[in-house]
Amino acid sequence: MHVGIQWFISVSAILFGIGMYGVFTRRSPLILLLSVEIMLNACNLALVSFSRYLGEQSGQVFALVVMAVAASEVVVGLGLVVAVARRKADLDVDRMTGLRH
Amino acid sequence: MTYDIVFIVASVVAIAAALTVVLSGNPFISSLSLIANLIALATFYLLLQSDFLAAAQVIVYAGAVMIMFLFVTAYLGGRADEPTRERPVWQTLAALAAAAAVTAEIVFGVGRQSFLHGPVVSDAFGAPQAIAARFLGRYLLAFEGTSILLLIAAVGGVVLATRRPAPRGADEPGAFEVLRPEPVPSLQSSVMNLETRFDVVHTGAGPDDEKADG
Repeated sequence: MHVGIQWFISVSAILFGIGMYGVFTRRSPLILLLSVEIMLNACNLALVSFSRYLGEQSGQVFALVVMAVAASEVVVGLGLVVAVARRKADLDVDRMTGLRH
Repeated sequence: MTYDIVFIVASVVAIAAALTVVLSGNPFISSLSLIANLIALATFYLLLQSDFLAAAQVIVYAGAVMIMFLFVTAYLGGRADEPTRERPVWQTLAALAAAAAVTAEIVFGVGRQSFLHGPVVSDAFGAPQAIAARFLGRYLLAFEGTSILLLIAAVGGVVLATRRPAPRGADEPGAFEVLRPEPVPSLQSSVMNLETRFDVVHTGAGPDDEKADG
């Protein structure tokens, strides 16, 4: 007797919620990026679960593309964090208001 | 039975690691916990017979991406820590409510359905051949787009993280001066600079001797 697909989806939803809570409450841009990673991976898990449920590999292809997008996002995000740190500015997302009107 | 046990262990590890990432005050512990979370997710992929994806998850994510995170955390040192300012209580409550709402919606929505286990698939379900056949066939455009995206991200990362001369506060008027292209020196001025340097180096004397040498 195997656990059904709904359990995988539930775990994915819980992980997504945890990541969402992190994005909403944390202030360090580094932790924000980590939380976004959790959310992206939760989506990946849902994609792979449904791919298995439907017996079709397209969901896995999509998950691989999501992985590539996440890697790009991390590169640019960490580049921004390093650039902000170089300018001796506060690493605090509430204080990065230079582009706000 | 083994399948169920592996699933439960992986779930506990994944959720506990994710909570540690979000709640820990130390960025190093957060990054390392995310590695545990990603490996637990790779276990899920294995349970779902997506072998290639599990391997890619461990190599690409837990390997490459997280190493980048750890390097940046180490580079920033104590500056990566969470600002110690108090956060308003309503913010925490609102975040909890929003996250719980989304989670509960999905869990109850999915839990009411009578999902089974999906069709029985062969061992080659998640094999690299199956993924490659789709990537190089039906999804070729997405594949090429991904490669261009990665190239742009690599260039963007280099541009963003390159050390620039004379960093100034972002609010100062001249903060983005470094982004303007430097004026290209004309041929004439280059040649004149060359001559000046030549004179200084080789005659090593004042303007009076220069006339005598010439």
